[in-house]
Amino acid sequence: MRLKIALKTLTLLLFFTNFISFAQEHHAEGENTTDKRTEIKEYIQHHLQDSYDFGLFSYETEAGEQKHVGFPLPVILWDSGLKVFSSSKFHHGEEVAEVDGNFYKVHHGKIYKVDGPEGEIVLDEEHHAANDKPLDFSITKNVFTVIIVGLLILLLFSSMAKSYKKSSMPTGAGRFLEPIVLYVRDEIAIPNIGKKHYKRYMSYLLTIFFFIWIINLLGLTPLGVNVTNNIAVTFALALLTYLITTFTANKNYWGHIFWMPGVPWPMKIILAPIELLGTFIKPFSLLIRLYANITAGHIVLMSIIGLMFIFKNWIGSSLSFGLAFVLSLLELLVAALQAYIFTMLSALYFGSAVEEHHDDH
Amino acid sequence: MEIPEIVGAGLIVIGAGLGIGRIGGQAMEAIARQPEASGKIQTAMLIAAALIEGIGFAALFAA
Amino acid sequence: MEKLIEDFSLGLFVWQLVLFVGLVLLLRKFAWKPILGAVEKREESIQGALDSAEQAKKEMENLQADNQRLLHEAKMEREAMLKDARDLKNKMIEDAKGEAQDQANKIIEQAQATIESEKKAAISELKAQVAGLSIEIAEKVVREELSNKDKQEKLVDTMLGEAKLN
Repeated sequence: MRLKIALKTLTLLLFFTNFISFAQEHHAEGENTTDKRTEIKEYIQHHLQDSYDFGLFSYETEAGEQKHVGFPLPVILWDSGLKVFSSSKFHHGEEVAEVDGNFYKVHHGKIYKVDGPEGEIVLDEEHHAANDKPLDFSITKNVFTVIIVGLLILLLFSSMAKSYKKSSMPTGAGRFLEPIVLYVRDEIAIPNIGKKHYKRYMSYLLTIFFFIWIINLLGLTPLGVNVTNNIAVTFALALLTYLITTFTANKNYWGHIFWMPGVPWPMKIILAPIELLGTFIKPFSLLIRLYANITAGHIVLMSIIGLMFIFKNWIGSSLSFGLAFVLSLLELLVAALQAYIFTMLSALYFGSAVEEHHDDH
Repeated sequence: MEIPEIVGAGLIVIGAGLGIGRIGGQAMEAIARQPEASGKIQTAMLIAAALIEGIGFAALFAA
Repeated sequence: MEKLIEDFSLGLFVWQLVLFVGLVLLLRKFAWKPILGAVEKREESIQGALDSAEQAKKEMENLQADNQRLLHEAKMEREAMLKDARDLKNKMIEDAKGEAQDQANKIIEQAQATIESEKKAAISELKAQVAGLSIEIAEKVVREELSNKDKQEKLVDTMLGEAKLN
């Protein structure tokens, strides 16, 4: 528990450095508040979006030149052949990249194909880009973060596993992680799935819990990575929960969906499509919940931080600072809570999939 | 007169908020009445709140 | 909703799916299985230790009960032995007493018998002597008195009267 507090304090400290870097960035800006407002709005939008390079922060020099601090990541495209190049070719989305005679441009965080080195994005009536989109499997900032978090978790837990070889008590980080592992087993898996079947799901439940938790916490650091506020990420996680539920379900589960026992047969016919729809809605609510909670948290938090620069007087700014502080504490709770809820509900669905037929009701 | 979608979403969010508030309040009451069952009550409370929250978010994104 | 679908990035989805499944599999092999196995083993060993402690306690109790029983038995035996011994002693004393009594009685009887026989012998001797003496006296008296008839009769009478008295 003490380690947990220490860890959270560390995260909090990192979070405050975010304030500082954010503040620095806007220090030399003009006095116009409307400019500031749009800028903050754009900044938040940019922060929530995935990007092709790992930008830590950007600032404007005295000469009015935009400077970016960070490093480029590989772009991988499938456009009649595999194209791999560094995202530095886009110059942070400002320039057209040329690869093997093809030209690509970034528009609203997505790569489009353009005609030539001076090619522009063609917009249709609804302001959507009409250009061709190559299949994009780039190592974006989020993919990069997922890899890093994956390696971190792997390192953390394989070293914890190794520490058991020496003694039956874990050492180091394991001392703090073991109670959480046991919590997932004893409070999430066993009560929801049952003693007989829970072992099959433990790997998935533990991985998803720690993955979501750590990646949520990382989203609160000034690295500015937000993985779980991408619908694609939460969709992938919810899809896995759905697939596991579906493929490990027993006869009883399907019986309850297509031929609900204990109700008259006309009701059975009505209930079957509803129950079937329910099996899709359950994982869908999982993906929406995680996505929305993290997105909403980030938007609110960043807006309140942004308010500090709009008020420009010490009362308003310190008020919004206090509010941001309280909210960031709340976000720490939400980071763990969402991981818990996702794991808990996954376990609940798995439990319903393997529930034994006990009695007629 | 056309009512914007966001108004409906707002109504649903109000409903969801009231619902979650009620769940939280009732859970508190239940814990006060039976402190030894607080673990189970918390779990049930979180699940119920999460389900309502899901509806709220669905409405928000549908708008 | 459209915004959500528009935001959906296939590349990120595929990467997330692949990486996450890979992570689950790797962690299962290198982390979860060893960790859960070790924890389970530890829990089992703790349970085993508790069970064996309970067992030992029970055995200890049994042993104590046994000891108690043995002690009790030993006490009982000693008691019994002491009682036997006391009984034996009493009996012996009793026997000895009885025998002594018998012996004494016998001796007394014998003594009495002897005394009786002695007495009888003495009496018979006395009688014989008395008879002799009487006869002698009678002879003397008769010799003397036979001269005087009255005196003879008178003597006889007196003698007879005396003899009866005896």
